[in-house]
Amino acid sequence: MFSNLFTPEVVSEAWQIVKTQFPLAFWETFYVTVVATGISIIIGLPLGVLLVAGEKNGVFPLPKAFMAVLNVVINLLRSVPFLILMIMVFPLTRVIVGTSVGTVASIVPLVIAAFPFVARLVESSLREVSPNIIEMAQSSGASPFQIISKVMIPESVPSLISNFTIAITTILGYTAMSGIIGGGGLGKIAINYGYYRYKYLVMLLAVILLIAMVQGFQSLGTYLAVKMDKRLKNK
Amino acid sequence: MIEIKNLTKEFQTAEGTVTALKDISLTVPDGDIYGIIGMSGAGKSTLVRCINMLERPTKGTVEIDGVDLGTLSEKELREVRHDITMIFQGFNLLMQRTCLKNVTFPLELEGVKKADAKKRAMELLEIVGLQDKANVYPAQLSGGQQQRVAIARALATNPKVLLCDEATSALDPTTTNSILDLIRDINDKMGITVIVITHQMNVVENICKHVAIIEKGEIVERGEVGAVFSHPKSTAAKHLVFPEGDPGAIIVTEPDEYLIRVVYNGAMAAGKPMISRLAKEKGIEANIAYASTRGIEGKAYGSMLLGIRGGREKLQEAIDYLTQTEDIIVEEVNPDVQ
Repeated sequence: MFSNLFTPEVVSEAWQIVKTQFPLAFWETFYVTVVATGISIIIGLPLGVLLVAGEKNGVFPLPKAFMAVLNVVINLLRSVPFLILMIMVFPLTRVIVGTSVGTVASIVPLVIAAFPFVARLVESSLREVSPNIIEMAQSSGASPFQIISKVMIPESVPSLISNFTIAITTILGYTAMSGIIGGGGLGKIAINYGYYRYKYLVMLLAVILLIAMVQGFQSLGTYLAVKMDKRLKNK
Repeated sequence: MIEIKNLTKEFQTAEGTVTALKDISLTVPDGDIYGIIGMSGAGKSTLVRCINMLERPTKGTVEIDGVDLGTLSEKELREVRHDITMIFQGFNLLMQRTCLKNVTFPLELEGVKKADAKKRAMELLEIVGLQDKANVYPAQLSGGQQQRVAIARALATNPKVLLCDEATSALDPTTTNSILDLIRDINDKMGITVIVITHQMNVVENICKHVAIIEKGEIVERGEVGAVFSHPKSTAAKHLVFPEGDPGAIIVTEPDEYLIRVVYNGAMAAGKPMISRLAKEKGIEANIAYASTRGIEGKAYGSMLLGIRGGREKLQEAIDYLTQTEDIIVEEVNPDVQ
């Protein structure tokens, strides 16, 4: 399979494809990943807050039945493999975007797959906030909403950034998968050229670019998480 | 005035009902420093959390200036909590906020304007001696400094009552004393009623006027600190006062003898021969009934019980004379006060 990977003809042909197709594909992948992550956070953050605050001993206890339904829905959405989920939500995608194929259309299944994951990540971040700190806020006369907005979320910002970094790299992986059924970006290029047309070098280059993007997001996330954490001394 | 009446607190656990507090009644006068001392697990933390209703009592009432806190809604309670603030063993500062922002936190909750909150916070940081740390994050401060910030935060809303939950238990002896000095100062200057929860004898000896000893959820003894500690009656009190065993009835007062309690907090007092001067200059003979001194980094901290003979006149003279010495607190002990 890789025996004639670097013959001059293959390399020059691959270079042509890189030049003409990669910039747009890179942009599509980047755009879809960032937008899908952003929307997933917008939906997942409040849900994560509800998971922690709404508990029996939380700052804003919610009815037991509501919490049970919330947990089940999140677990259900997280158990469906992404590829199958993507096909299952085609009708919904058509309603929202107007079509079920293309770069923008792939944002819908990505968000549906990612927001429950983000909610769980937010939940784990918020649980790291010490109960003593929350007790302090209560003893200072803070309302449940103030405890959430002024204590729980600000105190877990470094952890939230770390977890959102995990989310964005996972979503980046999903975008590549969405290339199989009509999503755009580097994933589509890797599958179209590598799988359907046996142009392995192009696939390899697309994968290398994806790896570089993951590295980029991860480095930026780690940098921000450390920079934002005021618990660390001597910076 | 804080009035706790017949307070009982029960917790439901998997093993059944646990009674953490049993029929507790307690009155704390305005401006007092009231110690609640007991071993761990005695229920003192639960008691202090009942005072600001972080724990709702199962039975009984807590009244502050005549208002029964049990009848208030959550929203009204949040208002009351601006008047009853708290400091903790673990300081509980917001680690992602600067010291200044930690102090403005309760003011933000109240909706005080940013500029006003900042001004107030700077004043308070000055009182606790940390105005130069305003823009520093808590992680860069020592434990004692963190507790000072927590005290400044607790004072931000001009409370009537300050609850101290083992506030010095995580600190070394020198820092403990400086924090206790600060609390005494605040009580003195601002007239804030202070309730001190602790398991440390020296904390109570050092700053409290009254003390209640709590054991297994019940108050077994209460009264003036000097009286309770010089005449411990209950087993729990004796255990606290004489950890190595009760030396017996150590204090016998003659009919015309009065007891005074002398607390000294620093080298100045210990460096002067107070008692011999009292005898030489005033002709008053003092009988040492009890004394306990700890040397901490070259300074003497402790207390003494002196028996003064010759009636009330001599007693007053002795108190006046001793009070002139720096770092000394003198008060009469009335053994009958319970």
